[in-house]
Amino acid sequence: MSATKIATAENKAGFERDGARLLVQGRLTIDSFEHLDRQAAQEQAAQAEVIDIAGLTQMDTAGAWFIVHLQSFMAQSSGDSITGASDAQAQLIDTIRHNMPPDETDVVRPNPVGAFLENLGRRVLLGGRNALELISFLGQVMATMVRVIWRPRELRLTSVVHHCQQVGVQAVPIVALMAFLIGVVLAFQGSAQLRQFGAEVFVVDLIAISILRELGILLTAIIVAGRSGSAFTAAIGSMKMREEIDAMRTLGLDPIAILIVPRVLALIIMLPALGLIANVSGLIGGAMMSWIELGVSPAVFQSRLVSNTDVWHFNVGMIKAPFFALIIGIIGCYQGMKVGGDAESLGRLTSTSVVMAIFMVIVVDAMFSIFFAVVGV
Amino acid sequence: MTDEPIIRVRGLVTSFGRNVVHDGLDLDVKRGEIIGVVGGSGTGKSVLLRAIVGLLKPDAGQIEVFGESVRDTSADDYRALRRRWGVMFQDGALFSSLNVRQNVEAPMREQLKLDDDLRALLAGIKVRMVGLPDKAQDNYPSELSGGMRKRAGFARAIALDPEIVFLDEPTAGLDPIGAAAFDTLIKQLQRSLGLTVFLVTHDLDSLHAICDRVAVLADKKVLSVGTMQDMLDVDHPWVQEYFHGPRARAATPDANPKEKI
Repeated sequence: MSATKIATAENKAGFERDGARLLVQGRLTIDSFEHLDRQAAQEQAAQAEVIDIAGLTQMDTAGAWFIVHLQSFMAQSSGDSITGASDAQAQLIDTIRHNMPPDETDVVRPNPVGAFLENLGRRVLLGGRNALELISFLGQVMATMVRVIWRPRELRLTSVVHHCQQVGVQAVPIVALMAFLIGVVLAFQGSAQLRQFGAEVFVVDLIAISILRELGILLTAIIVAGRSGSAFTAAIGSMKMREEIDAMRTLGLDPIAILIVPRVLALIIMLPALGLIANVSGLIGGAMMSWIELGVSPAVFQSRLVSNTDVWHFNVGMIKAPFFALIIGIIGCYQGMKVGGDAESLGRLTSTSVVMAIFMVIVVDAMFSIFFAVVGV
Repeated sequence: MTDEPIIRVRGLVTSFGRNVVHDGLDLDVKRGEIIGVVGGSGTGKSVLLRAIVGLLKPDAGQIEVFGESVRDTSADDYRALRRRWGVMFQDGALFSSLNVRQNVEAPMREQLKLDDDLRALLAGIKVRMVGLPDKAQDNYPSELSGGMRKRAGFARAIALDPEIVFLDEPTAGLDPIGAAAFDTLIKQLQRSLGLTVFLVTHDLDSLHAICDRVAVLADKKVLSVGTMQDMLDVDHPWVQEYFHGPRARAATPDANPKEKI
């Protein structure tokens, strides 16, 4: 026997050439491919004229594919160049032959630079289109909101109250605690620095200005974006996924008036309130820490706060609140409306919504800073 | 060997809270057959399927697949057992973050060490075998129609050439032409791959077209098992209603010869 053995073991496939016959033996299944020297088997096949698979104990789809694959390497592959197949095996080989993938050569591999540029272009275009869509969505919501306020009977009051409860009242503990801790941190860090100059008492101004003007409302907005913006996206997104929004439209109900306006309105009402709570709680935290750390008594803290801090610091913070609320609400609802049919887009858009809302809040905050600096308050 | 059932369920009891779904259910599935499991809504067809594949722990009873108990095996044995069957859920249950080819590759990737090209190629063959076009391979599940999702789910179920496939309502929600094509596909792959098919269905046409035997679930048990012909003689109100109702008569191939012409 002029045979060349390639692989033989109990549950492996063996290829053995006997003249023009390639004898395939053992188990040719998907598990056996791990140990299979395909290259060598192909070289064997190239010199054979007939593949004899009578010795196969087991063959699955992958095995059948390999037999068909080997056949394509044979010098002349006539129709009956596979022998020894049982009925079932012949049928399987036939099925595979009909389902062979098209030749690899047909696949055009894209140029990586071109693909990168194409991808970049697509993303820029998509970004621009999204921005445009977001602005048009903002316009729709504003128009609906004005209409609803003009004709208050269209306003879903129950829904507004419900969302006020959700985004406002239930957020009080976390917002208050967060602001309190920020006040504590500011007093602690501020006192350490100011003590070097003997200017401990200015810690009151430091805390009051930074909390009232910036931190109180900014951090509240960030917490609300994480808490309620994501909830808006998830709630509206899952309604979109289950076609509830389409159902509303077919019933002649306006999803913007029913779902989005109450949410945005609730945020616009509640965010200033939360900001106020954050301010108060931040000042209390700051006062407490100043007392402990610097011995500035609450009475001194209060009198200095009232005499030295202009009321406009507070106003500046409060003016920003409704704008932040609008940003969070619009972005949360817009991302929710963009959810498609699959669960994955819901998760992706929920996180996009939070990141985008926080980012936009900070951008707008920076713009306000410049604006107030220019107008001089 | 051939007489030994490939799936053997004895005295199965399952319940959700106070609601007893199965109470002493027995069922044998023979190797190489297509068995159709039918029953009214809420009779626990899908629950039975989930109990057999080990997704749900029954309260009592024996479930043996390939002669091995599904409940009392070590984790390793269960993994080896699981490798020998494939499950297709109602809506395909494709992983939404993966495209069709990656979905079919997922079990191969998990269970075997194959190089990427070979895995992609074998997955491609499976995708073509279930009758999906090549360009569907790169689509994500959300971009596919219901029928295509089911086909892709079927491709994933047969990715590792299992001995048994469990199909949960494969034709539900498909149009009659799509459903008939899916029936043909099941039959054809069952023949060429030598599969045993456990089919949960409502579809009388499927029962007629491809099932070797039918098991009827009612009264918390398997009420009767047999060919479609046997079912017509079962004396039970639900079975009578089901197999003699207007839809059943329309589906029976020889019941109304005039309509065939």
